[in-house]
Amino acid sequence: MAASTDTGNDTAAKSGFRAWLNKRLPVDEFVESQLTGYYAPKNFNLWYFFGALALVVFVIQILSGIFLTMHYKPSELLAFDSVEYIMREVEWGWLIRYMHSTGASFFFIVVYAHMFRAMMYGSYRAPRELLWILGMLLYLALMAEAFMGYVLPWGNMSYWGAQVIVNLFGTIPVIGPAIVEWIRGDYGIADSTLNRFFALHVIAVPFAIAFLILLHLVALRQTGSNNPDGIEIKAKLGANGKPVDGIPFHPYYTVKDTVGLGVFLIFFCGVIFFVPTFGGLFLEKPNFEPANELSTPEHIAPVWYFTAFYAMLRAVPDQQMGALLMLLAIVVLFFLPWLDRSPVKSIRYKGILSKIALGLFVVSFVVLSYLGLQPADGLYVILARIFTAIYFAYFILMPWYTSIEKCEPAPERVSFHA
Amino acid sequence: MSEEKVSGGEVDASRRKFLTAATAATGAVGAAFTLVPFIASWKPSERARALGAPLEIDISKLEPGQMITQSWRKQPVYVVRRTPEAVAKLAAVEPSLKDPKSEASVQPDYARNETRSLKPEVLVLYAACTHLGCLPKQYFTVADPAMGADWPGGFFCPCHGSRFDLAGRVFNGSPASLNLGVPPHKFESDSMLVIGIDAAEGAA
Repeated sequence: MAASTDTGNDTAAKSGFRAWLNKRLPVDEFVESQLTGYYAPKNFNLWYFFGALALVVFVIQILSGIFLTMHYKPSELLAFDSVEYIMREVEWGWLIRYMHSTGASFFFIVVYAHMFRAMMYGSYRAPRELLWILGMLLYLALMAEAFMGYVLPWGNMSYWGAQVIVNLFGTIPVIGPAIVEWIRGDYGIADSTLNRFFALHVIAVPFAIAFLILLHLVALRQTGSNNPDGIEIKAKLGANGKPVDGIPFHPYYTVKDTVGLGVFLIFFCGVIFFVPTFGGLFLEKPNFEPANELSTPEHIAPVWYFTAFYAMLRAVPDQQMGALLMLLAIVVLFFLPWLDRSPVKSIRYKGILSKIALGLFVVSFVVLSYLGLQPADGLYVILARIFTAIYFAYFILMPWYTSIEKCEPAPERVSFHA
Repeated sequence: MSEEKVSGGEVDASRRKFLTAATAATGAVGAAFTLVPFIASWKPSERARALGAPLEIDISKLEPGQMITQSWRKQPVYVVRRTPEAVAKLAAVEPSLKDPKSEASVQPDYARNETRSLKPEVLVLYAACTHLGCLPKQYFTVADPAMGADWPGGFFCPCHGSRFDLAGRVFNGSPASLNLGVPPHKFESDSMLVIGIDAAEGAA
């Protein structure tokens, strides 16, 4: 607690407004404990940009979202037209709307990269299990947020996507149909459904996400960041009581993350300005037609970030089992900290089996994502079954392959090339 | 206040524990009751329920082999007048169906028969696929080129590939497990079909 004493002295030495402020609001103490005095491993690589970027995208979504609600009308009769109104008649409305729709896809790109980083370097392992679980809860909340946001433009894919996803709850034994009616508030996807999804999308879920982000960051401050070598930098402390392999988050990583943000924004703006629909991947073509309860789009597929799970759902020739499998595909991620029995955390020092398994896992997720966009017949279904099996094998076999393989010893100090 | 108590003697921890638990439990019950209006507010409103009243359809102009789609309670309903040949063929496809006798499927008792209908030729179905609610498309032509040479005529769901026969019964190998549902319905006269009400039980 030498740090807080320092701050105390600093505050006493300061005069004027800053001293006045700090006596009432611990600004300097907060900056010291969370930024300049918070030591992060010095060997972060580019995978470590994505946590900060996720926070940036969250802010982009909140800000662009607030401005969209100023023109959007959450009503069955007006929703579609109000989105077109934003696109055509509100000054710069198209930009704000494309920021928000592109932001949704980039949120998932960034979050998937962030999760993959954790899987590569064993960031979910003890003592960071809760950090991982809080992150998974954030992922669930983000999926709910994205799904409900996709319904709001009230295009035909919005409507039928809502139909398919809400009906998933109907597969719950006994109470399923009653739950579906309760979620919709009508006998079909209706005005009531749209209106409540708007409320949840704009208020309830963003609040939950903000709170979970706070918990995620507090838990991170408690354990400290993992790093590409998967060793605990807190095990080697210097004379100042700080990790010898750590550097202050500010200014070192704030500056580095700013560079990352710059690169990120180049891609982000590139999509917004040149390919906002991303060939039907970010904004699907049938969604430029108004919702029509009497006409299903030729081919229903969710937006790309859900298609891996959608492919699993369709791979099973029984709806209850399909929905259950899809749920399990997400639930199993929560158990990752306890499935991994390896003596080392990072993929750098794990054996060949772990490396192959992680590689296959990535391939299965990408292939399933592709298959979820394709029609559900013939070879596509067979492939979906094979890759669903590989997806689950990664988790189910993990206790086995991580305990029998030969690992390299993790180093004492982080590997770092300045 | 608390000072008086403490100075008066030892704190009776078990009493305090009991009072704390009793207060918490009462509060929890109150909180649970407070949740009721919020949860119930999500149920279909009076207006939604009123709009879900039975629907009359004049089927006098519906020719054999034709289908019309109507919306009742936000759910599309298919009304098909099957040809006598199509009705005669229904029994033949039974071996390739998941639930040929409609035992697990959802329909009023009067539609749990070989034709799944009140009148053999008039088929009334919920259009929503029992898999995930897409609308199966009509492929009534026998051996339709898109469906293969052994296709007996029926419905095909474009979303996930479920196939149904001309009584809405699901074929083996489909992701859907149940036959298409049959809404409650009755005939006011030969040409007037009413959806949402049945002769015996009254309005749904």
